Amino acid sequence: MKTIHVSTTVNGDAAEFICGPDESLLDVLRNRLGLTGAKEGCGTGDCGACSVMLDGRLVCSCLVLGAEAEGVTVDTIEGLAEGDHLHPLQQSFIDHAALQCGVCTPGILVAAKALLDRNPDPTETEVRYWLAGNLCRCTGYDKIIHAVMDAAKTMRAA
Amino acid sequence: MALDNTGQRVFKVVGTRPPRPDGVDKVTGRALYGADMSAPGMLVAHILRSPHAHAEIVSIDTSAAEALQGVKAVVTAADFTPQEDEYLDDILVNCLARDKVLYDGHAVAAVAATSADVAKAALKLIKVEYRKLPHVTDVDAAMRPDAPIVQSGRSLETVPEGMSENVTSHCEFGHGDLEAGFAKADLIIERSFTTAATHQGYIEPHACLATMGADGKGDLWCCTQGQYNVRSICADLLGIEASQLRVTASEIGGGFGGKTTVFIEPVALALSRKSGRPVKIVMSRSEVFLATGPTVSSSTDVKIGMTKDGRITAGQAHLRYSGGAFPCGTVDMGAQAAFAAYDLEAVQTLGWNALTNRPKEAAYRAPGAPQAIYAVESVVDELCQQLGLDPLEVRLKNAARKGTKSSYGPTFDDIGLMATLEAAKAHPHYSAPLGENQGRGLSAGFWFNFGGNTCVTLNVNTDGTVGITEGNPDIGGSRAAISQMAAEELGIPYDKIRTIVADTSSLGHNDVTDGSRVTFSVGLATIKAARDAISKMCSRAAQIWGIDEEAVVWEDGAACPAGPNAGKFPPMTLAEIAAVSFNTGGPIAGHYEFNADGAGVSFGVHLVDVEVDRETGGTKVLRYTVFQDAGKAVHPSYVEGQMQGGAVQGIGWALNEEYIYGEDGRLQNPGFLDYRIPVASDLPKIDTVILEIPNPGHPYGVRGVGETPIVPPLAALSNAVSRAIGKRLHSLPMSPPRILKALSEA
Repeated sequence: MKTIHVSTTVNGDAAEFICGPDESLLDVLRNRLGLTGAKEGCGTGDCGACSVMLDGRLVCSCLVLGAEAEGVTVDTIEGLAEGDHLHPLQQSFIDHAALQCGVCTPGILVAAKALLDRNPDPTETEVRYWLAGNLCRCTGYDKIIHAVMDAAKTMRAA
Repeated sequence: MALDNTGQRVFKVVGTRPPRPDGVDKVTGRALYGADMSAPGMLVAHILRSPHAHAEIVSIDTSAAEALQGVKAVVTAADFTPQEDEYLDDILVNCLARDKVLYDGHAVAAVAATSADVAKAALKLIKVEYRKLPHVTDVDAAMRPDAPIVQSGRSLETVPEGMSENVTSHCEFGHGDLEAGFAKADLIIERSFTTAATHQGYIEPHACLATMGADGKGDLWCCTQGQYNVRSICADLLGIEASQLRVTASEIGGGFGGKTTVFIEPVALALSRKSGRPVKIVMSRSEVFLATGPTVSSSTDVKIGMTKDGRITAGQAHLRYSGGAFPCGTVDMGAQAAFAAYDLEAVQTLGWNALTNRPKEAAYRAPGAPQAIYAVESVVDELCQQLGLDPLEVRLKNAARKGTKSSYGPTFDDIGLMATLEAAKAHPHYSAPLGENQGRGLSAGFWFNFGGNTCVTLNVNTDGTVGITEGNPDIGGSRAAISQMAAEELGIPYDKIRTIVADTSSLGHNDVTDGSRVTFSVGLATIKAARDAISKMCSRAAQIWGIDEEAVVWEDGAACPAGPNAGKFPPMTLAEIAAVSFNTGGPIAGHYEFNADGAGVSFGVHLVDVEVDRETGGTKVLRYTVFQDAGKAVHPSYVEGQMQGGAVQGIGWALNEEYIYGEDGRLQNPGFLDYRIPVASDLPKIDTVILEIPNPGHPYGVRGVGETPIVPPLAALSNAVSRAIGKRLHSLPMSPPRILKALSEA
């Protein structure tokens, strides 16, 4: 199968890769760029564990082709902290014990950041509906919702 | 082991909520799970699976696949030696079908190739000739004498004559005179219930990376709840010695019991041995649903007698479970747990397991208990309704307590059921007003809790910090709890301790992370290992001071002279003793290994309010409160997390989740779109109330908490829905079509 050469920007840095025409962005991130923070929980866009930002839009990277990254920006969980300084959402998840196994956590953090970028003061219901595409099987969501609400408060005060 | 100071101990670290040691790794994407590991020269393997529910394998021809460019190894059942031990042979046959495929998705062959594309293309070149056989997927149908036989010759002697060969085991528990008990009742209700098989639904599919060299040494990286169990099974199935196989548990993306066995690991090792290359297998989500272990499906009859004032006079349950195509003992646990919450003079439970053409059951959080207790708690609720009694008062009147001879035999020690019921009664939730089409449900729940084989090493570093090596994968914050208990015992700050999960070559055997055992057993071993290190540190201080070892005690993280007669020496802290350890006898370490007993049973009570939409049949959970006895909550946030997570899995089981099989015996919903687990917008806040009735079997009073919370939601939801719509449902899940049907029959 003919491969495609792609030039893109990942977490602010220029990146290049070669991929198959049917290769998902998730597989490219994990297998070609070494960014294993995004997880494959289903491969069908139902669980949200592979959530990344594509040109500022929240997507399931398992439903995006690697070739679609050409000329756009990709932001993943690996780019959320600035150096050793955690993003307020990351700190809030640790402080609120909002993760147990942690496998859904990268996707939920990326999705939560996308929410707070567009709505810095969401209601609990808005958070619950925004995160309805991100499955978590450990927590019952309760502490996740609290962590997002509290991070939003911290960020508004900053 | 006795409680320290009979519960009077004032804790400094235990009971606080420090950040978890793996927190930063998990919020930055740095934590490595099963699928996140690679190796140089690694091959990728895929598995060919049965398209039939039940068929004889006439022949398998892998020659065309082997000839494909890039294919490095192909394995089938023929590459493994059948095992004499039935338990092991069942695991082997489940990993790769031998003579028959026993369910839709049963693995038949595996291919390792240089890329996933090549491996998948090779699967299409494998020619399997099947002869289809009649199938059965329903437990009641499977027990009929004329049912298609899933496997022959698997029935234990305990099975009564005249039943289908599919019935593999029978069990019976109870005590007292049932007939006399029912004769004393003012009202007897007898009902039948069914529950669908559900899946643990962990978000991380099974994944592993296997390396086996020509020297017979192997390394295996995998997501598992028990690396030692994986090692022993794989070593047996591959015919190698345990010492030659090192298994490392990755971070685990959820397990809930489903990662207590193996599905792909022996296959990856065999492919690696054959190809001489590292082999990675990652399951797809549909493979997880089709061919890993869901819970049992069940069919249960319950009969309970009650007096007008709410005293239960007798209880009886007949439980029929199916653990899929292989013998399964889960019904024994259901039969033992069914009436555990009650203090009964007469009780009997009978259980049967039947084979069906479904995947091999794996444990799922309190395996067997939710189904049984759902049926019992539903009948108790209906008795309360018909007799006009308060369901909480009735449970208080009949609750098991210290001294109760339990329905499954043992006499209870200190247990927390009365306390949780009292807490529920006093909580504002219980008396809050309800609106139209709304109902409130209540259920008690129970789990045995286990201890088991445990081994911990504690190393005192020369800079005054401590490393703990334990052997149980952390599925809910246990590394934090273990560090807390060590800090408590040693008298040093939590952040001076780092707890890691060892591979199988670095520490002695540890049982699987299951049975709610880790915080209890590993915690206990950690406390004992700390005490071992403390005694060595006291001995070093005695040596330095030139006094008897017995004249030194450990207080607030330091060795001190035991009294004025011991001599006047300033206390030596752990850090001070550690700093000079190389001059006083060498490194200091504590160790403890044992087979833990005294886990202490666990009880919980759940309250739920629901509203049913009569047009759509949808049920909205409005309010939910969990009350549970944790013995002692070491890290309350993670105790709450277990209570909340278990409750929500139970809500999913009650309202939506089910394995749906077609007429053809094939699974119709192997994906998260059609197997719908609860999402954030489905749920309200899950409120929690932790009770602490110390477990006499642990020095801090700790009890396991992880499994009990999945038990009560099934009946609590069913009781709430029944009260909301004025009609009782007897099957789970109470999906909208089932509720609409019940309403239309009104």
